[in-house]
Amino acid sequence: MTSELKTEHITINMGPQHPSTHGVIRFVIKTDGEIIHECDPDVGYLHRGIEKIAESVTWQGFVPFTDRVDYVASMNANWAYCLAVEKMLGTEVPERAEYIRVIAGELNRISSHLVAIGAADMDMGAITPFVQFLREREYINDLLEMICGARLTYNYYSIGGVNYDIPEGYSKKVTGFLDHFEVAVEQMHRLVTYNQIFINRFANVGAVSPEMAMDYNFVGPNLRGSGVKYDVRRNKPYSIYDKLDFEIPIGTASVGTLGDCYDRYFVRVEEIRESVKILRQCLQQIPAGEIQGKVKNAIKPPVGHKYVRTETPRGDTGYFIYSDGKTSPSRLKIRTGSFTGMSIIPELARNIFIADLVAIIGSLDIVAPELDR
Amino acid sequence: MNLLTDTLGMTELWANVVIMLIVCTIVFAVFALMSGITSWAERRIAGRMQSRYGCNRVGPFGILQFVADAVKLILKEDLIPDGADRFLYKITPYLCLMGVLATLVVLPLGSRAMIVADLNVGVLYFISITSIVVIGILMAGWSSNNKWSLLGGMRSAAQIVSYEIPVAMALLTPILIAGSLSMGDLLDSQGWLPWEWAAFQTPFSALAFFVFFIGSLAEGNRTPFDLPEAESELVSGFNTEYSGFRFAVFFMAEYGNVFLIGLSTTALFLGGPNLPGFLQGNPFLSVAVMMLKTFFVMFVVIWLRWTLPRFRIDQLMDLSWKYLLPCALIAFFGQSVFMLVAHEIPAITPITAIVVFIVFLLTMVKFFGRIRTNYKEQSIPVGLN
Repeated sequence: MTSELKTEHITINMGPQHPSTHGVIRFVIKTDGEIIHECDPDVGYLHRGIEKIAESVTWQGFVPFTDRVDYVASMNANWAYCLAVEKMLGTEVPERAEYIRVIAGELNRISSHLVAIGAADMDMGAITPFVQFLREREYINDLLEMICGARLTYNYYSIGGVNYDIPEGYSKKVTGFLDHFEVAVEQMHRLVTYNQIFINRFANVGAVSPEMAMDYNFVGPNLRGSGVKYDVRRNKPYSIYDKLDFEIPIGTASVGTLGDCYDRYFVRVEEIRESVKILRQCLQQIPAGEIQGKVKNAIKPPVGHKYVRTETPRGDTGYFIYSDGKTSPSRLKIRTGSFTGMSIIPELARNIFIADLVAIIGSLDIVAPELDR
Repeated sequence: MNLLTDTLGMTELWANVVIMLIVCTIVFAVFALMSGITSWAERRIAGRMQSRYGCNRVGPFGILQFVADAVKLILKEDLIPDGADRFLYKITPYLCLMGVLATLVVLPLGSRAMIVADLNVGVLYFISITSIVVIGILMAGWSSNNKWSLLGGMRSAAQIVSYEIPVAMALLTPILIAGSLSMGDLLDSQGWLPWEWAAFQTPFSALAFFVFFIGSLAEGNRTPFDLPEAESELVSGFNTEYSGFRFAVFFMAEYGNVFLIGLSTTALFLGGPNLPGFLQGNPFLSVAVMMLKTFFVMFVVIWLRWTLPRFRIDQLMDLSWKYLLPCALIAFFGQSVFMLVAHEIPAITPITAIVVFIVFLLTMVKFFGRIRTNYKEQSIPVGLN
């Protein structure tokens, strides 16, 4: 007599407390043990109502809250908000302030990408590279501490400029750091990025075609990893990016298919190199002058709305602001890269290994607070 | 023995039991100490690799940290999750520990005289007794009533069972060289010079050494094969739910396993405790030589863990079945043919051994050259302060 062995898939919670979900994100996975058949991301565990808070604080008072939208790259988050309000007010930002903004923003972009690729390495089981990337980030934290006194949530940009001027001898210190950094980071790439085990884990996993990337509204390094050459800094230049010379790295399918995890990862690696180039140019060209444009104490932008896009480390961050002419926004909406990155996971996580899901989350560089706001 | 029977008037049976208990206590003490020191060494080495200190609070260089950890774990609550299979859950850690500990019966801590029981099927016993660990891990995964633990247990079972085959196959090569399954004979078949070691005798035994080392990494759940406890995927694998003393036992088994990898690799492939002729048999020196080689292998194991990323389950299986197993078979077959040839032309044996060793040395020189290049590059100071 033969009897059929009854089998069924198990439903399992990955998160909200799980080492590889980069914060509190929950995935409900249907799996047979190794292969994932269905994956349902559940977001919202870190929702703090930042958009609603904006309606009850003054225009300047909201800047510190933008730090908390994306604490891995809060300089860039500050910048995105300040730029949006400046566009509404029509404020001119002094040139020196623009240069300082680019320096701080690009330093922060490097540190954010270091966290992203380091965390991806750690998800692959390589712990040492993560610690060493964070060691380099520590120097950037020191550099940013010199200009604003904070190490994580900077609150450095103000509407119309920046809060403090850079200290004396700062460009020498940044140059010294960059000289060290370029060599040190290459070394870590030899340790992990060109490691065959690592390439095997990332190549051909979670491939997103250019069409699919655009359909799912990918932004930033994730979009460029799929081979679409779009960068807000180039395509819709703001600040002084049109004066600066830098390349836009895109995914080239160097080891696998176009748009796989390795391409997304490697775009970030290349972007770090480009940011170093930008920083060197800015440090050479920075002019003397004012750091704060003319802004009234009680800001009351004219009635109307504005949507302003900036390129943050996690992609095209947009601030939609609706003003009814009062001292605080009437409605503020933040659009972030992590959220669009997250939406593709149910599509990608079909018939893949659990370990691949970890690789996909790692390579999409999802930061939970930015996701939920 | 005589002391016990004559002076204390014990019967022979009781005398045997007493002696056995004493030997067991010594072996267990050595094992516990070694696994503690391994965990300390791992943390110190990891610290050095990651630009931090590692443990340095308890005792000189933090060497007593493992004692402090053990005390802490023993004082903790022994938690059994709701819905767990209580009996299995309780006995599992000891099963794991036993599988690891029992191998020490046949492995030498020093010269041939220091093997607890030089069984005539020593290698076979070594291979088979390590399999008990699989049952332990599988039971831990199942009885915890935790899905992540279960996945970890299943993974581990699949992994260890598949890697046992190439490991056992690779062991055939030194067995061929020695012509015996007894651990003592395997030690005696190797000399003290590096090219007299089983690892460098022929290209085939070098291949077998390679397969054996990789396979034992996988059997010991060490990175790059640490899938059963892959932190970023399975939280902590099969031992997620364990706490207190039971976790300490798992921990001890795990680090004891690293010690065993070192010990077995040294004994089977790296010449064991062999010394130059006039020093041969000196108990202290042979223990020292054995331990030095063991610690070196353990260092390599730890070094790999803190350097490499981890494989995926299918890549892991591919490596075992598609590459390591054929390699082990080639090594076995090649070694057999080589020994037939060497029987006709005896001069070929030392020449091959020296050539293999020189090739190995050149590889090492190239490798350390690369390390030197990296080391030189890194010395650009930041100069922030």
